[in-house]
Amino acid sequence: MIKIFKIALRNLYRQKRRTYLTMSIVAFGVLAVLLFTAVAGSFKNMMIGQITDSMLGHLQIHKKGYVNSLDSLPLNMMITIEQIEKLQEVLDGIPEIEAYSFRILLGGMLSNYVETTNIRLAAIDPENETSVTPLLKDRLLGGNFLVKGEMLVPDLIAKGFGAKVADDIVIIANNAEGSVNGKSLKISGIMESVVGPTGKYGYIDIEDALDILRMEQMEINEVAVRLKRIEDLERVVAHLQSTLGTMQNKEGKLVFEIHTWDKLSPFSSIANMIDVLALFIKVILVAIVLISIMNVMVMAVYERVKEIGTLAAIGTLPWKIRIIFVCEGLFMGIFGAVVGSIVGVGAILAVKFSHFTITFGRSDNILLNPDISLMQISLTALVVVIVSIIAVIEPAYKASKLEPIEALRKG
Amino acid sequence: MSIIIAQDVHKVYRMGEVNVPALRGVSFKIESGVFASFVGPSGSGKTTLLNLIGCLDQLTDGQLTVADQDVSALNYTERARFRGDHIGFIFQDFNLIPVLTVYENVEYPLVMVKNVPKNRRKEKVLSLLEAVGMSDQRDKFPNQISGGQKQRLATARALTTDPKLVLADEPTANLDSATAYKIIELMRKLSREIGTTFVFSTHDTKIISEVDTVYTLEDGMITGTLIQKGAE
Ligand SMILES: Nc1ncnc2c1ncn2[C@@H]1O[C@H](COP(=O)(O)OP(=O)(O)OP(=O)(O)O)[C@@H](O)[C@H]1O
Ligand SMILES: [Mg+2]
Repeated sequence: MIKIFKIALRNLYRQKRRTYLTMSIVAFGVLAVLLFTAVAGSFKNMMIGQITDSMLGHLQIHKKGYVNSLDSLPLNMMITIEQIEKLQEVLDGIPEIEAYSFRILLGGMLSNYVETTNIRLAAIDPENETSVTPLLKDRLLGGNFLVKGEMLVPDLIAKGFGAKVADDIVIIANNAEGSVNGKSLKISGIMESVVGPTGKYGYIDIEDALDILRMEQMEINEVAVRLKRIEDLERVVAHLQSTLGTMQNKEGKLVFEIHTWDKLSPFSSIANMIDVLALFIKVILVAIVLISIMNVMVMAVYERVKEIGTLAAIGTLPWKIRIIFVCEGLFMGIFGAVVGSIVGVGAILAVKFSHFTITFGRSDNILLNPDISLMQISLTALVVVIVSIIAVIEPAYKASKLEPIEALRKG
Repeated sequence: MSIIIAQDVHKVYRMGEVNVPALRGVSFKIESGVFASFVGPSGSGKTTLLNLIGCLDQLTDGQLTVADQDVSALNYTERARFRGDHIGFIFQDFNLIPVLTVYENVEYPLVMVKNVPKNRRKEKVLSLLEAVGMSDQRDKFPNQISGGQKQRLATARALTTDPKLVLADEPTANLDSATAYKIIELMRKLSREIGTTFVFSTHDTKIISEVDTVYTLEDGMITGTLIQKGAE
């Protein structure tokens, strides 16, 4: 076997330039895949982080059917105090959960005593909310974060209204029974709008909302949950589905629905797109390796017909002739994969330590922190090696099937 | 004992619509250990005949037994194995393996065809290089040695696996006559020393004096037999 390796290596060396070129192409493909996977992966994680940490949380729980009718902000799908207790019991029992917050989403009117406009509001417990969406405070364009008796106005409305921090305004809303009530609040801050379900909402304290809606008891229509590690999302959701998700009311209907962040945000499709792109680049890598190695090996067989004829004539069995060629293709694949991986890791580290920043969402200096696991590197290298074997099978088989007399006759 | 027995061997090549008869009923016997040669003009069928004996090609009709094996019964892989086991080849244009050194070219059949362990290979290769006078060239590559040296090397390679029969199709055609003569002499000497049967083809009638048995081929038929020693 060592002899076969030696023969294969010398044959590769014989066409030095061609061999180096092919290996470089393979290496470049590996580099591209690793770099893209790492950078896009980091971009994706960061993007998800922005969305989940500045408004959504990692997952949300509502009354069954609420998300579908979210546009009308219904107040007849409330989670009652008994159900809240039940919820708390379940959520407190899940160690992966870092924090959760209760919200009331409502629609109403905002008036500054001169003008009036429609506004959508998220009523929150400021304290709790910031542990679920730690970046929420970052969306503040001016003023201070929420306290009871004050409100955060979305920048678009503030602009249209000419509203400033510390202005007095009135919030007027219908409650579930249809009676109208208002409450005057002071503007504590202006919020930057972001893309997403609650991205253009104003924020008020949940106690003020209970006042406006004339609720005797705490009732909510949204629970936002943050996990310690987003990697646990699937597991936690599965657990919640089997506990909360199967809970039924007296009529035998399901009580809750559970949505992960990606079901709620339009940005999840971008995250998916990044995955598709990464897959696409991997497919291109496979094609590059397949085509370039197959091309070189077909040429090699063609050039060495006479030599192959000689090997066959003196009694080399067909499978050994195949192995010689398979080794040549394999070596190119292995060298390409190894060099590509090394350069790829180097490039990833370079991006990491050059503190390359980009702008997305709330933050304009997001540090790209590309990372790649050893697993992903080995997997990429393995795919390259396997593909290079596949690429060389056909030419090798052809070589082993040459008729020695025909081959020997070639000049 | 006859190592080759040919009885009414026919070979017809098909070229598109036409049949080209290359051998038209050839019969002969070559005894073990003999230094034999087929002589004939271009197109007489020498290569065709040696290819059949060497199991590189299959006959159209007749009977051909080589080393007690009816060679028409063998399939592709069996023929490769048969060649590796029993036959050494020397080619007109040397056909050395360019990526292997002189030493490695001689060693190749022992490694890739016969699976001989390393310690036993070395002795064999060195003694053969010595026998063909190439010991001092052992680390050169084929493109670094002369034509005559190449053919001596090819002769050593043909003998490494101790074949019963060495076939050489016009081994001297690419050499000048002085070198050619030396090569034939070398082959003859080795044939004597080792007792291996050599069969070669040539259209050079001058070297006939060195040969035990000469068959003259013309137009795909044997037209003359000259037995100087051995054989029938
Ligand atoms: N593959 C082939 N296809 C068709 N005809 C062939 C083929 N090989 C040989 N022939 C024909 O068979 C006949 C014998 O050819 P062969 O090569 O055996 O002669 P030769 O004695 O070796 O000639 P040379 O001295 O030129 O090598 C010739 O007429 C040749 O044209
Ligand atoms: Mg010929």
